[in-house]
Amino acid sequence: MDLLELLGDFTVRSVALGAALVGLVAGALGSFALLRRQSLLGDTLSHAALPGIALGFLLSGSRSLTPILAGALISGTLAALLVLLLTRSTRIKDDAALGVSLSLFFAVGTVLLTYAQRQVGAAQAGLDAFLFGQAAAVLPSDLTLIGGIGLAAMLALALLWKEFKAITFDADFARSLGLPVLALEALLTVLIAVAVVIGLQLVGVILMVALVVAPAAAARQWTRRLEAMVALAAAFGALAGVAGALVSASARGLATGPVIVLAASALVLASLLVAPERGLAWQAARSWGRRRALGSHRVLVDLLRLGQDHRDPAYASEQGMLDTYFGGPTGHVLRRLRRRGLVERVDHMPEEGAHWVLTPTGQAQARELQVPFGKRPGDEAPR
Amino acid sequence: MSALQAWLDAPAVTIVAIGALVGVAATLLGTFLVLRRESMLSDAISHSVLLGIVGVYLLTGTLDTPLHVVGAALAGLVTVVLTDLLVRSRRVKQDAAIGLVFPAMFAAAVLLINVYARDVHLDADAVLLGEIAFAWLDVVRVGELEVARSLLTMGIVTVANLAFVVLLYKELKLATFDPALAIALGLRPGLIGLALLSLLSVTAVGAFDAVGAILFVAFVIVPPTAAYLLTDRLWRMLAYGSAIAVASSVIGYRVAVALDVSIGGSMASATGVFLLLALAFGPKHGLIARALRRRAPQPPPGVAAVGPSAAAAAAALASPGGRR
Repeated sequence: MDLLELLGDFTVRSVALGAALVGLVAGALGSFALLRRQSLLGDTLSHAALPGIALGFLLSGSRSLTPILAGALISGTLAALLVLLLTRSTRIKDDAALGVSLSLFFAVGTVLLTYAQRQVGAAQAGLDAFLFGQAAAVLPSDLTLIGGIGLAAMLALALLWKEFKAITFDADFARSLGLPVLALEALLTVLIAVAVVIGLQLVGVILMVALVVAPAAAARQWTRRLEAMVALAAAFGALAGVAGALVSASARGLATGPVIVLAASALVLASLLVAPERGLAWQAARSWGRRRALGSHRVLVDLLRLGQDHRDPAYASEQGMLDTYFGGPTGHVLRRLRRRGLVERVDHMPEEGAHWVLTPTGQAQARELQVPFGKRPGDEAPR
Repeated sequence: MSALQAWLDAPAVTIVAIGALVGVAATLLGTFLVLRRESMLSDAISHSVLLGIVGVYLLTGTLDTPLHVVGAALAGLVTVVLTDLLVRSRRVKQDAAIGLVFPAMFAAAVLLINVYARDVHLDADAVLLGEIAFAWLDVVRVGELEVARSLLTMGIVTVANLAFVVLLYKELKLATFDPALAIALGLRPGLIGLALLSLLSVTAVGAFDAVGAILFVAFVIVPPTAAYLLTDRLWRMLAYGSAIAVASSVIGYRVAVALDVSIGGSMASATGVFLLLALAFGPKHGLIARALRRRAPQPPPGVAAVGPSAAAAAAALASPGGRR
């Protein structure tokens, strides 16, 4: 199928729309998780949704999405509370608390899942889909629900924007303003749980963490402003969602969740490399350029000093001596300087190898450089 | 047939023994992970190891090769090194770096299975949840005896982990608690850390068959964390954690059989019960002990006649690092 044909397909179009929405909400709220250094909370929240999914299914006796998502949200929130309890009131560190909460909730989830399978038999096939996400299992009514919840979460984010910004960057300042910091932190965590929960059906409990972390991490590379970061993360998330949905629909048997995750990871990689200012490619180019300039400057100043030491501005320095001062071969540096007209090669005595002198422009430039390089005692002093 | 063989033929014994071995092998390494604040690396490694297994499968065309261990160890190392590179680039923090690397590797593994290995016994559900209930069906001959393959694998892995911890006890301890001093003494704490994580990857592969990736994480993190609430001494933490892991296997198996639910899930859940017990009743770091200590008037150190809890409180206050 080509792209146009795909977009014409109603099912594909609605799945792509749903994935875009999931990515948008996860990207926007994930930005806060990233900045608060709580990225792995997304991992815990998504794994911990499993017992809630199973319980929602068991209690309602059907595969309808509302009780399942409600269960997922409740168990995710309980897991976050367990993390809070363990880190606040015992000596357990946050990494262990996250891991404990994640693995225990998931363990209980698998127990409940097998229990649910024994209870209802074949209907369990639908529940397994929550592990890795299955776009094919998404009904139009599910999309309406996901969309409604997602929009509500975005609305809450918009209404409490200033408060969330304050507790993210300076909790003490927020407290001094009289904001209920703990309640706001809890609400933000619940909203992140909401973002995770609405993605479970498409992306699955195992990989949903990527959609919380990756778009936000990618967006962070492009900007240092929260507003821009959240908007960009939402756009990246939506883009990864659409790309994942389309790719997995175009090839047989590709699970939607992993494709979405790989798309988001590709965005991160590209952003890490080429984002302006923070991009690693630019950084490498800058540091290469700086190293090159520094090399030229050092050789110029070495030539000048040798001339000063011999009280002869046109003193012909031997290349081997320059190598020693430089701490490595200087041939390429000297050739570069000659192309710029700063040095000239002279043959002092044929058997002694290459010698180099500063041109008048070279002398002028080297003198300018000598100041920032620091003068040695005795430089230019009459002897 | 010898008595030992009769014992090995009993499915219940095999299953519980495998669970206990996974638990002990995981706890031995997990103790150091928890102390080094790297617990979540076990989550990352247990996921990305799948890519190593799939890679070896695609290269060799079989699942039945010891090369998996190499592939898994490599995948684990790649996870750690990539995470480290991301952190060192100073573009993302460590938590985000972990959350970026392992989902990408796991997603790639799942897609490779989707595309190239549809009909092999390598479905992702089994990797996540394990199939310990059928472990006793797959046996190998060792001399006179027929032993379940998983039991044999986990036995070897457990012995290897135990040897690692016992032989390098001093080095591990120093690298964990005072890396700077370890460097000053000429040890290589970074290398020891990598060895620890490589062994963890290998253990994760062994545990896949039995309890699955995520329940393995439970065995790595939960028993040591429970033991961390019970004691301040490293060797006791190792011992208590291992005991909790063994007890969890026994109890978890019983409960799973009674309720007819996932055995691995039940074993992992049982570790949670021990954590809750330690959380409540831990002698010094438990919630009750802490509450009592907060209420009791604080006697000067050395006054031991006030009562057991107050004496414990005084000891805790006197010892450096007792309350952090």
